Amino acid sequence: MSQASLTNAADAQVDIANCRGDFPALSQEINGHPIAFLDSAASSQQPSAVIDAIREYQRHDHANVHRGVYTLSHRATEAYEGARDRIGAFINAASRSEVVYTSGTTESINLVAQSFCRPSLKPGDRILITHLEHHSNIVPWQLVCEQTGAELLIAPINQRGEVELDALIKLLDDNIKMLAVAHVSNALGTILPLPQIITEAHSREIPVLIDGAQAVPHLPVDVQELDCDFYSFSAHKMFGPTGTGILYGKETLLDKMPPYQGGGDMILEVKFAGTTYNDLPYKFEAGTPNISGAIGLGAAVDYLRPLGMERVSRYEHELLTFLTERLSAIDGIRLIGTAEHKASVQSFLLDDIHPHDLGTILDHEGVAVRTGHHCAMPVMDFYGIPGTARASLALYNNKDDIDALVEGLGKAKEIFSA
Amino acid sequence: MTSMAYNNEELRELYRELILDHARSPRHFGKLTDATHSAEGINPLCGDKLKMYFRIDADDCISDACFEGSGCAISVASASLLTDTVIGLKTEDALKYFSALVGRLAGRQDAENNNADADINLGKLRALEGVKEFPSRVKCATLAWHALNSAIRHDAKPATTE
Repeated sequence: MSQASLTNAADAQVDIANCRGDFPALSQEINGHPIAFLDSAASSQQPSAVIDAIREYQRHDHANVHRGVYTLSHRATEAYEGARDRIGAFINAASRSEVVYTSGTTESINLVAQSFCRPSLKPGDRILITHLEHHSNIVPWQLVCEQTGAELLIAPINQRGEVELDALIKLLDDNIKMLAVAHVSNALGTILPLPQIITEAHSREIPVLIDGAQAVPHLPVDVQELDCDFYSFSAHKMFGPTGTGILYGKETLLDKMPPYQGGGDMILEVKFAGTTYNDLPYKFEAGTPNISGAIGLGAAVDYLRPLGMERVSRYEHELLTFLTERLSAIDGIRLIGTAEHKASVQSFLLDDIHPHDLGTILDHEGVAVRTGHHCAMPVMDFYGIPGTARASLALYNNKDDIDALVEGLGKAKEIFSA
Repeated sequence: MTSMAYNNEELRELYRELILDHARSPRHFGKLTDATHSAEGINPLCGDKLKMYFRIDADDCISDACFEGSGCAISVASASLLTDTVIGLKTEDALKYFSALVGRLAGRQDAENNNADADINLGKLRALEGVKEFPSRVKCATLAWHALNSAIRHDAKPATTE
């Protein structure tokens, strides 16, 4: 069955507005209020389907993968590799060789920086990122630049929080050896125009890595359609467990890259005279992997797929519009991140109340938001602010959550105007 | 003063009038040009960043104190209250306030210090005690005080609350 027909079939069956009940953590009260969890951009909650899949594996199927001839090892391997296939299908990877398990987006990006870029980078070479990147798409490049004498360039953003596309394209020259950009900004919610960016980069034969941590839980992602060279994301932002993520890479590129780490499972034959590395994707998976994490991510994908990411995206977009409208109506609000194309995130400031004070007062009302620099300090520097409060949405949120946020902000105003 | 409509004792304790007043109009805010001692206080978790300046005379008396930087209401109010408190004190007495306050708020200073400084009258610093109900905010209230400690001890690295 194709993905399209799966989605259509699901249209009739699953109402996204009813998904909240699938997430046990969202049925509790915090400080006497029903929880309004608006921090999924930091880490999302997990549905019972994910929690149960991990539990069942731990209770019945645990053994090391790719090693034993006995039943449990076989079951663990099937579950672990089966998850890889379904995760690959979810992002439309061309083959399972292109789907590498990592500990998360951060490790995925470090892997590419060290294994793809480092061996060939030299002084005079450049890596291009944008001003809105998360620290995990900045620091790995700074490290590899320090190691090789290459230089890190930054494409500018405008006041709305959009990447200045013309300026970015102008920076693409023969010296750029990698372009690494977010799909969706974690601090601003901006959706980057990837098709254009990737086409421009490829026309100059520049490989492109996408930090998709904030995109995969909210938008349909098709790595073949995007034609990106690498795409990284984390399980825990898409309703899976922490400590697991994916590096998608084109097979032709992964094939040429040396291993990132050495150890068990990534070898075919080890002799003191030399070692033959295992095939893709195992070449990049040294040591006993996070088996339960991979199974949890597989379960998260199974949860999302019948909902249809197009529908999830539409639902969240409607909610984001409502959130932005409600916030805009508050006297003294300043929205940070007002790009034309956005997903799931709204950062803001209220009067001269420091974001941490907002965070404490909102928590008291059962509302969980992130406050601070959101691991995107250069974005805060750009706006000349120490941080923001950030409400971020996921498919389990509803208008009540947003009402609770707005009410909590009213209380903050009251306290600070006393 | 009109009575506040929110009916929440803990929040009211945290954001007492004195705290809000010092947060809005911090005392001794700015750079002390003839400082003899200074230290930065950084809370890496939330990005609060304060720089504390002190002029300490030959007799070990803190004759002036200033601070600059940015932070939440609690960290700014605490820094402001700190300057009010320590000007005119001997450094050893200022440090007693440091350990007494940190001990009182975090409840995890070593017992010896706690006992030794238990008789210190915190005075208006008691306005900071509301943070005890908000464990994630204790660091905000103690940031400036850790910087005071570093400055007096001449630590080279910025003080952090970690």
